[in-house]
Amino acid sequence: MRITCPLCGERDRREFYYVGDAVALNRPDPDAGDVVWDDYVHNRDNPAGVTRDLWYHESGCASWIVVTRNTITHEVLETALASDVKEATS
Amino acid sequence: MRFSGLKVLTEGLRGNKGWQAHWRDAQPKAEYDMIIIGGGGHGLSTAYYLAKNHGMTNIAVVEKGYLGGGNVGRNTTIVRANYFLPGNSEFYSHSLKLWEGLEEDLNYNVMHSQRGLINLFHSDGQRDAFARRGNAMINQGDDAILLDREGVRKKLPYLDFDNGRFPIYGGLYHPRGGTARHDAVAWGYARGASDRGVDLIQNCEVTGIDIEGGVVQGVQTSRGPIRAKKVGIVVAGRSGQVAAMAGRRLPIESHVLQAFVTEGLKPVIDHVISFGMGHFYISQSDKGGLVFGGDLDFYASYASRGNLPMKEHVMEAGMTLMPMIGKAKVLRSWGGIMDMTPDGSPIIDKMDGIDGLYIDCGWNYGGFKAVPASGWSMAHLMATDTPHEVAKGFRLDRFRTGVGIIDEEGTGSQHNLH
Repeated sequence: MRITCPLCGERDRREFYYVGDAVALNRPDPDAGDVVWDDYVHNRDNPAGVTRDLWYHESGCASWIVVTRNTITHEVLETALASDVKEATS
Repeated sequence: MRFSGLKVLTEGLRGNKGWQAHWRDAQPKAEYDMIIIGGGGHGLSTAYYLAKNHGMTNIAVVEKGYLGGGNVGRNTTIVRANYFLPGNSEFYSHSLKLWEGLEEDLNYNVMHSQRGLINLFHSDGQRDAFARRGNAMINQGDDAILLDREGVRKKLPYLDFDNGRFPIYGGLYHPRGGTARHDAVAWGYARGASDRGVDLIQNCEVTGIDIEGGVVQGVQTSRGPIRAKKVGIVVAGRSGQVAAMAGRRLPIESHVLQAFVTEGLKPVIDHVISFGMGHFYISQSDKGGLVFGGDLDFYASYASRGNLPMKEHVMEAGMTLMPMIGKAKVLRSWGGIMDMTPDGSPIIDKMDGIDGLYIDCGWNYGGFKAVPASGWSMAHLMATDTPHEVAKGFRLDRFRTGVGIIDEEGTGSQHNLH
């Protein structure tokens, strides 16, 4: 699997650390309560198909990247800087 | 049909023409008392113990593919009870006891081989941790022997003891640990359940779960609707998709775990050996193949196959530990879909807020050895509506409340850490 870093270009998967589902872009309000926070921290859609997750370009430019990816085929469909995604959705 | 030495002998003399199918190929009825979704190891053992322990026989197991076609047929077959934390410890202890009587109980040769498991350690700190683990195992009533370096050398002379990075200090020896023939476990439970009247329905994919007023009514399948008073979801890596049919999200992320097998070799590795520092473990099958694996690829996946970086890592770890296997040729590698929970421990519980819906999932990468006790406990839960004593820690709400987190590795209750 190769991942295209928006800054560095296409790189081997080994350069990246996988953090998990890109839910971290939608962090709830600190006072949202235990049900909301449980859902945010633990529960996942866990899709068989297209998903969005966060990867950290640990052995590269140290940017956080939102990777849109197919969990059945391992195909990487799209990558974007997490900061850009966050800005576009906020 | 019962297996016996005499039967094997007479069939051998008669050209093996008298063997029959091991289970009925059942067609779905309109209604059952209970439906188990998932015909893998855990689902089949749940059905078997519902019939055997609780006298429930108006049951169907619905499986979208063929019986035993998922993780029970794709694992590295290790059976052990070397857990440390309360919650896990009594559960796996119970499971190992069931394993020890399984062949007699099922009248089926699951080739359970208690060849002994050795977890290697490589530092004083790790020795202390393993000594504690061994004491916990003994306190639970299981067996553990702390071997020093020479003790390990006597059993495993072929290891590289003087590796510069991870010199071997010793090992925690669990003599009752070992392996079993994975497919036969599914087949044995299937036959036992079918003989007791359970309908095993293959090629029947569940497409919906019918719930009215917070009460389960049955399931929709590719072969039509089937009504049931109780439904158990026992679908491992696919838990997320099936729970979504009931409108629920689970604390599960499905990951790929790879395994490997070499060409058949003469007997060379007598035990199950785990090399935690390299995330590598190995045993030798009765056919002679070296069966080994490593860690997760560490990204969500349903591909049932992994990528090259982890393959390379596993091979390197194997060569670090036992250079003698370097010339063995790898025949196959494959991946399984692991239902990973945040704390690395499983869930056997009611689905809160939906009467009659139960879930058994979150087996992470250790589900095979749990097959007997998981089915035993899930059957108890579904039949009596109370958790079984050995599985009462496997609650779904522990993540929300933070009470009763079972973090065996001590890495934190968070996805992607186990």
